[in-house]
Amino acid sequence: MSRPSRFRRPELVHQLAAALRREITRPWTLMEICGGQTHAILRHGLDQLLPDQLELIHGPGCPVCITAEAAIDRAQELAGRPEVILCSYGDMLRVPGSSARTLLEVRAAGGDVRIVTSPSDVLAIAQAHPARTVVFFAVGFETTAPATALLAHQALALGLGNLSLLVCHGRVPPAMEAILAAPECRVQGFLAAGHVCTVMGEEEYRPIAQRHGVPIVVTGFEPLDLLDGLLQGVRQLERGECRVINAYPRASQAAGNGAARALMERVFTPVDQHWRGLGVLSGSGLQLRPPYDVLDAERRFGATIPWSAAGNGIAPGEPASPCISGRVLQGLARPTDCPAFGGRCTPERPLGAPMVSAEGACAAYHRYRA
Amino acid sequence: MDSFACPLPPAGDATVLLGHGGGGSLSQRLIDQLLVPAFGPADGVLLDAAVLPAEAGPLAFTTDSYVVRPLLFPGGDIGSLAVFGTVNDLAMVGASAIALSLSLILEEGLPMHLLQQVVASIRLAAQRCGVPVVTGDTKVVERGKGDGIYINTAGIGRVDHGLQIGPKAVRSGDAILVSGDLGRHGVAILAARQELGFRTELRSDLAPLQEPVRALLAADLELHCLRDLTRGGLASALHEISRGAGLGVLVRENAIPIAPEVDAACELLGLDPIAMANEGRFVLFLPAHQADQALAVLQRFQSSAARIGCVQGEAVLLETSLGLPRRLELGRGESLPRIC
Repeated sequence: MSRPSRFRRPELVHQLAAALRREITRPWTLMEICGGQTHAILRHGLDQLLPDQLELIHGPGCPVCITAEAAIDRAQELAGRPEVILCSYGDMLRVPGSSARTLLEVRAAGGDVRIVTSPSDVLAIAQAHPARTVVFFAVGFETTAPATALLAHQALALGLGNLSLLVCHGRVPPAMEAILAAPECRVQGFLAAGHVCTVMGEEEYRPIAQRHGVPIVVTGFEPLDLLDGLLQGVRQLERGECRVINAYPRASQAAGNGAARALMERVFTPVDQHWRGLGVLSGSGLQLRPPYDVLDAERRFGATIPWSAAGNGIAPGEPASPCISGRVLQGLARPTDCPAFGGRCTPERPLGAPMVSAEGACAAYHRYRA
Repeated sequence: MDSFACPLPPAGDATVLLGHGGGGSLSQRLIDQLLVPAFGPADGVLLDAAVLPAEAGPLAFTTDSYVVRPLLFPGGDIGSLAVFGTVNDLAMVGASAIALSLSLILEEGLPMHLLQQVVASIRLAAQRCGVPVVTGDTKVVERGKGDGIYINTAGIGRVDHGLQIGPKAVRSGDAILVSGDLGRHGVAILAARQELGFRTELRSDLAPLQEPVRALLAADLELHCLRDLTRGGLASALHEISRGAGLGVLVRENAIPIAPEVDAACELLGLDPIAMANEGRFVLFLPAHQADQALAVLQRFQSSAARIGCVQGEAVLLETSLGLPRRLELGRGESLPRIC
């Protein structure tokens, strides 16, 4: 392939992997938070280059996977209304809600569901269809939240009366705290998601590293980035350090993106939110603050269920389901430990959150592991 | 029943009306003024069925229905797609097309100039393949119940070789080649829909494949299996052939030709170029000792043709650019861009 290969040069990848094998002296367990990193590791086969003593646990950082079923149900209910155009990101359309139905199926049944790659597309759709009600099902972590904030800001500035937001953004640090607080936690260090840190900077991560004594390495998504992140994590563990290190300086800076953060803070305020497979995590979501809350789809359409904090989703250990997604999302089990993996549970018919999106850990194992 | 027929619209109808499929005077005019001039017969006398000269030896027969949005896209349109697609299906068993059927399902309200453009494109494409359109049908569905134009074509082809081309002929050790770089059609269509907010100069790879296949046969190569890489792309084709053959394959990521524009678009959208649709590319399995010769033939038609791997083991594997094997995933049917 003619892929731009500056960050994939095989000889450098193998050199870094060799350094990792050389420098590791004891078993260590690192978690890559982000589903994009899980996907890249398996897609490039990097897992095969790692030393046996280094165990990687795949984190809950796939925004599509962790979106609460009740939120998806709500999006489906809105998408089924004749006056509504529901917009969301492509892979959100495949995720089943509580009834196993997806937005793709709602679309097939006549719902006007549109794929967007940016909230600016939503603005254009709302402007082009003044007689319709346009709802943006806004998901994603701190990576996509600033663009949603900008959309909210523009909608108010333009006085767009036909646009509303079903906000289901997640914040990464509360999920890390929850993982570390679990009594069975085995995670000894993190690769933090480079794109999240490009927006948010490193500030939020320092107290986590110090309080829990875990190194955190801001890491990118290319093979060289990932191996560099792992190497810096292992070096810290070997030395007994627990610092926040930036291994992605070409994109991420310590202070993050000030303009994006300021806009997010202006538009959103943290809220307790339910994560599929993990439960309600304190301060892990975002909700619109005044005056932007007039755009809240819940308010506009009348809230039927306060889903943002509702206890729902695939309950770990639910007797009827063999799915162990809660344990997978916390890094307590591997996808292949699940009795349903690849049999009753596949990307086409997922039982649990990590199988639903390409970036979920179970789906990545299913795609790439022979 | 004539008294119930729609009144004749002014000459040079601007749009397709239900009456154009109703069997009355509008239908006649559509046939006489548009379809017969494009496809014949020369004397304009239509029969209920085409009569073809009997052929000695085996015939190949295939059909496909074409649904594409937008109807016109960079590098082709639904008309040329409906001809090349069926001709290519025949080519994949080493057959040369000798006759095509053409069924048009038109949506009421379709601009007539668009239909004329598509019919002209069908005519040109059929001429390019040297195959006549010998029979056809036209129906019109109510507005909102079609997507402008749906086309079904069926094709009959002559088989002039003694090979058994298909997955069952694949042998362990066979070389795997592709006839050109992959993913152009899929990316061009996504861009042409203007839903994903990116622009590209890319054109579909839509092309007839009869000629390269004929050239491979003329070179006396022992073709084991051919498959055109339409929906699902190379990924689907390799899985299908592997299943049919009961053998695994290993292809090298670095060897699979992908144009930089296709690669960049796929990377940005989180799509896999290996699973993207093509309309003028095929994969070829043949004995390894003939691979160089076959590649030289293919490169006469597409310089990007490449040898990408071999038949081995039981699994469908991709050797990544880092030299590490992993399972080659089968696409899921609909290409949806990822969130991040």
